[in-house]
Amino acid sequence: MSAEVPTLEVRELQTRFHTRAGVLPVVNGVSFTLGRGKVLGLVGESGSGKSVTGFSIMGLVDPPGVVEGGQVLFQGRDLTRLDDEARRSLRGNRIAMIFQDPMATLNPVLRIDTQMMEAVHAHRQVSNAEARQLATQALARMGIPSPDDRLRAYPHQLSGGMRQRVAIAIALLHGPDLIIADEPTTALDVTIQAQILSEMQTLVRETGMALIWISHDLSVVAGLADEIAVMYAGRIVEHGSVDDVLDHPQHPYTQGLIGSLPSANRKTRQRGARLTQIPGMAPNLLQMPSGCAFAPRCARATAACEAMPDMFRPRAEAPAHQARCFHPGAAVQTMEAAA
Amino acid sequence: MKAKTFDERSIWWRVGADFLHSRVAVFGLVILALVVLAALAAPWITPQNPYDLMQLDVLDARLHPGTPSSSAGYTYWLGTDGQGRDLYSAIVYGLRISLLVGIGSAAIAAVIGTLVGLLAAYAGGKVDALLMRLVDLLLSFPTILMALMILAYVGKGVGNVVLTLVLLEWAYYARTARGQALVETQREYVEAARGQGIPRWRILTGHILPNCLPPLLVIGALQIARAITLEATLSFLGLGVPITEPSLGLLISNGYQYLLSNEYWISFFPGVALLATIVAINLVGDQLRDVLNPRLQK
Repeated sequence: MSAEVPTLEVRELQTRFHTRAGVLPVVNGVSFTLGRGKVLGLVGESGSGKSVTGFSIMGLVDPPGVVEGGQVLFQGRDLTRLDDEARRSLRGNRIAMIFQDPMATLNPVLRIDTQMMEAVHAHRQVSNAEARQLATQALARMGIPSPDDRLRAYPHQLSGGMRQRVAIAIALLHGPDLIIADEPTTALDVTIQAQILSEMQTLVRETGMALIWISHDLSVVAGLADEIAVMYAGRIVEHGSVDDVLDHPQHPYTQGLIGSLPSANRKTRQRGARLTQIPGMAPNLLQMPSGCAFAPRCARATAACEAMPDMFRPRAEAPAHQARCFHPGAAVQTMEAAA
Repeated sequence: MKAKTFDERSIWWRVGADFLHSRVAVFGLVILALVVLAALAAPWITPQNPYDLMQLDVLDARLHPGTPSSSAGYTYWLGTDGQGRDLYSAIVYGLRISLLVGIGSAAIAAVIGTLVGLLAAYAGGKVDALLMRLVDLLLSFPTILMALMILAYVGKGVGNVVLTLVLLEWAYYARTARGQALVETQREYVEAARGQGIPRWRILTGHILPNCLPPLLVIGALQIARAITLEATLSFLGLGVPITEPSLGLLISNGYQYLLSNEYWISFFPGVALLATIVAINLVGDQLRDVLNPRLQK
């Protein structure tokens, strides 16, 4: 049975923030499925709800945010129905999270060994010596030289890349089945970023864990993920394999995101060429348009867009590729010029 | 050969190094160390046990500083009080009581107050509101009035003075600990610790508490000075420690009646000892605050 059950299945997830100004539908009916050893790139602008989606899966949404609907099936079990203690025992154990800023996520006044051993003790009844042993092994697995020395260090004594490796090592301590990484390389140098990405790829391949990589950076996700889900205003607007989404973007918002990337590819690079912008701003979640949330910024918007589009399958040759748009298809001008 | 990859010294080591930058603070620390050492070594550095009535000679009462004893073989370098007590011995023994009361009450109050503050921050809601209104209530009463009321109820004695001071002081720690814990709870490392599945209570005690300690440490230092002053005041008013075991405040009080007859030393020297202790503690506390406050760091 376990072979067919996906690691994670999110169904119609609804997370709302009850603020004084009103109720914000931050995550508004997000659904996706992630199998063992698969990497999902969750992409979108700031405020699109991608991070809150991650926190909702972890059960770490703080008030005023509330997960109000939908299911989070982890290996077939609905996490939203579990009590606090059951969720806690899964967190860091079967499902781990990596955050954006490793300086902020490591406790500044505790040594690395204290923090790592605490994380071990949260899920395993082992002696301190065994916990230290596990911590050393976890650091070594992340390619950290002389792990025993690093264990005795305070976070401020380590470089940014080293800190993020430590944070990832903590996430991997218990060999989780799912890792949710919330922009973990955004705060790092590009070279360090590349190292960490390749290490994550190796880990996913070796351990068979599933990975959700939350990012605003399509170029990072392109090299890492198997699938891409593009989020806009709390909804997934396009979902498919990396190749489908990047080579044949159907939703005008996805096309806009790709068009706004500077290209380092020699064939498509044009010195001095203007990067395309997406006109307008992300919608105010308090005053969401009744239909497609992207319609006010969309060149293709018609009267039909005043109704909410479902996820369509716009391309017969790629049935898994979906877009939430009444007018899907290849981009009109800029994308053709680039292609 | 082992390359030194990073500065292995801990945060507390750096705090110590920063602390020593101020000469005034080092001066305070030295005075404080002398006072504490003197109090600890009292039986060995004093000619007389001022609490042993058999060793007191009433004929030696109210002698000027520097007068030799008529019966025993030593000199009263700081004079004697109304019962013929050697003031130097009485001050050193009095320091013991003052420091015991000050440090003891501050330490107990710190533990209780910190726990209450963390509990309030952890529980939130009604528990938080209830505890913090209690704290507000305590802090809004005039301290001396509260102390007199409590002591009038529980009676005199060193233990009861400590109890009174603890009842008056824990609220300061509770308020600071709660405020600091609420700030720290918002920090990302707490989110990360939750993401690691560390139980909430362990996050509070293992992750948040260590980050709350610096301000509590500063309050602790200043509250010791406050407690000593308060104990001296209460003893001066006759509600503190028993008259047979005089603290500094009681010595000052005992000499008060002789001040107008030019027998100043009975109040003066215990007063100087009290002043030196309080100033030293405050100097150390101030420097601790400067060193531990990241906003004031150079």
